[in-house]
Amino acid sequence: MNKLISLLAGIIFGIGLVVSEMINPEKVLSFLDVFGNWDPSLAFVMIGALIVSSPMFHLIKNNKKPLFTDSFNYSKNKDINNRLIIGSSLFGAGWGLGGLCPGPAISSIALLNINSITFVVAMFVGFYLVKFFKLSS
Amino acid sequence: MNIINFTPVAATIGGMIIGLAVVMFFLFNGRLIGISGIAANALSEKNNRFDNLFFLIGLVIGPILYILFTNKEINITISNSLILLIIAGLLVGIGTRISGGCTSGHGISGLGRFSLRSIIATITFMIVGILTVLIKNYI
Repeated sequence: MNKLISLLAGIIFGIGLVVSEMINPEKVLSFLDVFGNWDPSLAFVMIGALIVSSPMFHLIKNNKKPLFTDSFNYSKNKDINNRLIIGSSLFGAGWGLGGLCPGPAISSIALLNINSITFVVAMFVGFYLVKFFKLSS
Repeated sequence: MNIINFTPVAATIGGMIIGLAVVMFFLFNGRLIGISGIAANALSEKNNRFDNLFFLIGLVIGPILYILFTNKEINITISNSLILLIIAGLLVGIGTRISGGCTSGHGISGLGRFSLRSIIATITFMIVGILTVLIKNYI
């Protein structure tokens, strides 16, 4: 059952990326173009997501356990260190260059766009490099 | 600054749909959505491998279902420079794994549980993203 939930959660997330247009890198780059022609939409996507998810998270985390698995399993890492800042900066630079972050990039595979698939392949190479050099948080 | 192409209603509704996916994954499976982690672990970790793979498959199916049910096209505009996309992909892949999260893991799931670590990560990647676009567009 939990695998079905994973599939459904992915589908719903992907539809959310389409409805909000975050699947379009141009829309994301316009959000980051604060000093030029700015499109604040991405901030509203985050607000919409947080309005729904944040109160529910704080309610659900008090449950004894999730409905389909044995225990809650999410990061409790509180470290604020150089890796957090350096990693986030590298991510921000890549995000600003291409307008793609992992979710929209993977969803856009559906559109069979060779450019976004190129990005996704490079991103997975990046994942592997971090694992290979044991740098992950 | 000029504000252009601003779509607050579609953005908020789309965001709420994303929030629903986060709630569902947490309520039933006990995990918070962070796509960089899910994607990286799907191929390299045995733990939760199929959950992660199914989630990723869902991410790709979502837009296909949207097209089938609404009969609308999804148009995206993306850079044509493969070199730029490869560099961007590497930076996103490496950066998100070093910092332990991306726009979803830190920006939505982390902010939602009021994690200071995620707040700092989100502010950092936003500022660097804004500066990168500034440099790319105007210098």
